[in-house]
Amino acid sequence: MISVQKLDKHFGGVYAVHNCSFTIKENAITSIIGPNGAGKTTLFNLVCGIIRPDAGKVLLRGKEITGLPTHKIANEGISRTFQQARLFKNMSVKDNLLIARPASDAELKEVLRKVHFPLDMSTKASELSYGQTRLVEIARALLKPHKLLMLDEPTAGVNPKVRQELKQILFDLKKEGNTIVLIEHDMEFVMSISDDVIVMAEGTVLTRGTPKQVQSDKRVLEAYLGK
Amino acid sequence: MAFINYLIHLGILVCIYSVLTVSLNLAVGFTGLLNLGHVGFFGIGAYSSALLAVAGFPIWLSILCGALLAGIAGILLSLPTMRLKGDYLALATLGFSFILGSVARNWTDVTRGALGIPGIPKIVKGNVEFLIVVAIIAVISYLIFWKLSRSRFGKTCEAIRDDELAAKMLGKDTFMHKIAALGISAFFAGLGGALFAHYITFIDPSIFGLGDLILLFSMLIVGGLASVKGSAIGTIIIFLLPEPLRFIGFPSSVLGPAREIIFALILLLILIYKPRGIVGKVDLA
Repeated sequence: MISVQKLDKHFGGVYAVHNCSFTIKENAITSIIGPNGAGKTTLFNLVCGIIRPDAGKVLLRGKEITGLPTHKIANEGISRTFQQARLFKNMSVKDNLLIARPASDAELKEVLRKVHFPLDMSTKASELSYGQTRLVEIARALLKPHKLLMLDEPTAGVNPKVRQELKQILFDLKKEGNTIVLIEHDMEFVMSISDDVIVMAEGTVLTRGTPKQVQSDKRVLEAYLGK
Repeated sequence: MAFINYLIHLGILVCIYSVLTVSLNLAVGFTGLLNLGHVGFFGIGAYSSALLAVAGFPIWLSILCGALLAGIAGILLSLPTMRLKGDYLALATLGFSFILGSVARNWTDVTRGALGIPGIPKIVKGNVEFLIVVAIIAVISYLIFWKLSRSRFGKTCEAIRDDELAAKMLGKDTFMHKIAALGISAFFAGLGGALFAHYITFIDPSIFGLGDLILLFSMLIVGGLASVKGSAIGTIIIFLLPEPLRFIGFPSSVLGPAREIIFALILLLILIYKPRGIVGKVDLA
């Protein structure tokens, strides 16, 4: 689905992402984990074109998207949510969704049902709880035509009930054929939903494998806790 | 009769300024571009139309050219400035107005400098007819902006105002949307400027000054950001509220400052008690 090849990005003398390479499988949930400062969000920003890499390539289904403007990368088929949910706060939930693409009320209701959004879609975004903004942001990303769904810490700041709902939502999305990459700090969440886990440390891929393989890898513990 | 003429005069100015306010709202209220160059576009429309009409061009063609030149100026200004945000964009666009004012004062061969351009032909002979013309133009302008505000373009502009990065991530070319918003906004500001020039029949470089800019922002803030209806309400209130002062019999030395004090009071009250303006949809912050 997506192939990251020898991606580099440095800020001043510090490498945020260095010689980072991996591929993401289709129709799977891949989690990217790593300690704070490992370069996970920078990697997301590089893939989405929010920042330009110093070196390396990003290919989406074989087509190079490196260095394209963000909106073009989005139109190539990457949908993304952010660490802090970014809804259009002066607009209703419905209008937030309609920015993604024109859709009938029935389609909007269906996508909101998928993410277990409990309120009416005429509700203003500024009136939602934090967990609800997360759900609407995911719904909006889903509604936009996409090949790959990238979620940056979807469970950050949400209560345990919404966290459980998110788990079910991601399972359901995978069943529907979505390819999902997520950055996450909640290990229980990651280990229970991921098909594949990529561990990053100091801007590069430390290891990858199934949740079981990663959990038993000593280098992962060292990356989190230090030697 | 004099009172009726006075009311017609007020009606004409309200119509012209309401076009300016609603077009400013597209840039500031809907798209979130703190554009302080609106009087620059107003002046381009006024000067271009005046110069062409005085040179013998048909008046309506002159007005159209004035509006188009202002629109083109808006697009040209937006190319280098649309990567700026907030205060920086405000300063750059304010500088644009000041530069135009300076050009109008110093390019004397064309603009006659501080002497201004007199004898600008009227569109129609009588003020009643002029009121009808500008009222029709104002209504058409409002319908266009109302349609725009409900279109996908308008909604995308609102999305850009609220969160540009999120809009980009939904595949929106925010740069092109901002250029288009400023271009359309400038076109209608130029149209307002041209109508103003053909009504007053004289213009000078003072139209690029801060006075009109403050007046326009007062109208915008009082009516409310991101509301087409609010632009009309704000224009009417700011224009008409200080008018009764004229009939109290104050000397002109008191009248001018009293109007300014009233504007300031209205703005303060709005900012304290109704920070979104009367029918605004977004906060001023």
